[in-house]
Amino acid sequence: MSTTTTAPGATATQGFGGVQARSEAEINPPRIAIRNLDFFYGDNRALKSIDFDVPDRQVTGMIGPSGCGKSTLLRVLNRMYSLYPGQRATGEVMLDGENVIASETDLNALRAKIGMVFQKPTPFPMTIFENIAFGVRLHEKLPRAQMEERVEWALTRAAIWDEVKDRLDSSALGLSGGQQQRLCIARTIAVRPEVILFDEPTSALDPISTLKIEELIDELKRDFTIVIVTHNMQQAARCADQVAFFYLGELIEVSGAAQMFTAPKHPKTQEYITGRFG
Amino acid sequence: MSLSLTAGMVPGPRKDPAVAAALGRRRKRADRIIRSLCVAATLVALGFLASILFTLTIRGFEAMSPRVFTHITAAPGSEGGLLNAIVGSIIQAALGTAIGTPVGMLVGTYLAEYARGSKFGNLVRFVSDILLSAPSILIGLFVYQILVLPFGGFSGWAGVAALAIIVIPVVVRTTEDMLNLIPNTLREAVIGLGAPKWKMIVLICWRSAMSGIITGILLAVARVAGETAPLLFTSLGNNAWSIDLTKPMASLPIAIYSFAGSPFEDWIALAWAGALLITLGVLGLNVLARAVLSGRK
Repeated sequence: MSTTTTAPGATATQGFGGVQARSEAEINPPRIAIRNLDFFYGDNRALKSIDFDVPDRQVTGMIGPSGCGKSTLLRVLNRMYSLYPGQRATGEVMLDGENVIASETDLNALRAKIGMVFQKPTPFPMTIFENIAFGVRLHEKLPRAQMEERVEWALTRAAIWDEVKDRLDSSALGLSGGQQQRLCIARTIAVRPEVILFDEPTSALDPISTLKIEELIDELKRDFTIVIVTHNMQQAARCADQVAFFYLGELIEVSGAAQMFTAPKHPKTQEYITGRFG
Repeated sequence: MSLSLTAGMVPGPRKDPAVAAALGRRRKRADRIIRSLCVAATLVALGFLASILFTLTIRGFEAMSPRVFTHITAAPGSEGGLLNAIVGSIIQAALGTAIGTPVGMLVGTYLAEYARGSKFGNLVRFVSDILLSAPSILIGLFVYQILVLPFGGFSGWAGVAALAIIVIPVVVRTTEDMLNLIPNTLREAVIGLGAPKWKMIVLICWRSAMSGIITGILLAVARVAGETAPLLFTSLGNNAWSIDLTKPMASLPIAIYSFAGSPFEDWIALAWAGALLITLGVLGLNVLARAVLSGRK
């Protein structure tokens, strides 16, 4: 891993103070505010007092070695962990003035607001059209014409419309891996969430498909707040505006992407991004 | 292993080529013995199966005629058929499956989707597995006790109940196994869209597992189609034409059982015809089940 990887927005001014000021100025006001968050798998404390803001309509990258808690944090944001008994979170995750991890949160409404795209493509065993319509029908009653409009809009936004418009009625399982992943992104945005969580969305894809997804993420941040977990440092540098580095359940550093990859504040971050461990 | 040993310094005496050759011969001899035992056992098993199928096919086809499908049981020597038994078998197997399948699917779904790892779930799974391997005559006796004795006699419904009880654990097991094959990420993808759990199960999980579950149901039908013991105590068999489920009802296995034990040539021939019909039916269901399973996706 090379330290010379430069993020979009990084300038020739590599001076510590200058880059920091510039990066901080670029970060939007927070959409999600995480305060004093702890997470437990049974008795095992996997996240330790996390304080962290997710900026509105920007891309936040979460990096760190395996088991550092970055995916765990992602799964806290849409309460995915609530599926599994024995997993619990304490603290505050504030979105629109409500604490996401409070027990009275309406999980279905929360997940309509915070969509998620997974590591492996997860097409449903139905047609391409039905895959997209499935999520929409959970939250809205649309007449057929409007549903068709919505499906086309979502597939277009996910940059897959041209590839599938002639076979909307064929099974989604027949698409290639990269197409399936873009279908899953379309399915997620069709519900019109405000936040989209990406859990290593390209680790199962070839380089071309990866590039398409990264371009798509860049496009989507105009309208959606995006959080992406990735093992790929270049990907974080290419996609993210803000990068958070996790290590052993702790948040070590949050910085603008430019600063993170040129002048990290913490020695541990420096070690990780230069490939000395992980 | 000591760390002081370096490459090239193998401890112990030098390798003796004669010993190595002797060991090699011994290894080959052992291989030949084990191999011939395996082949012999396979031939014995295949031999029995082939001779059963051969006898069945010869005797069954000899006795086969349109009369078998158009006439009901008649007195020996008076041109009877198996119509009542065939229809009775179809009715009882179909109803037994129709009743047992939804129960089995719901229990299997409970085990896979709601009770994974729970104590009660493990207990249910254990009981269901015992039921799966319980001798079917026990199930016949049980239904005899709770449906035949209290309600005044043998009936088609009692037979249906016994077959349904046999269907349930088969369907429970396949449903649970097939649902367990679905990756959790698919479940999370559905939940992640904001779907309630029941929609996840009914609209996605069942759909994904459907071909496997159908296979299980077909195998359950194949199993109950040949069951004799549970019907002996429940629907009893009937030599007359009857599709009234409140009365005793004929079935192929019972017809085979009673005809084969009779001293009359033509009845024994009918028993062979019935046996061939059941075998062909079960074979057909198995082939269908395989086709469904391989045709998925």
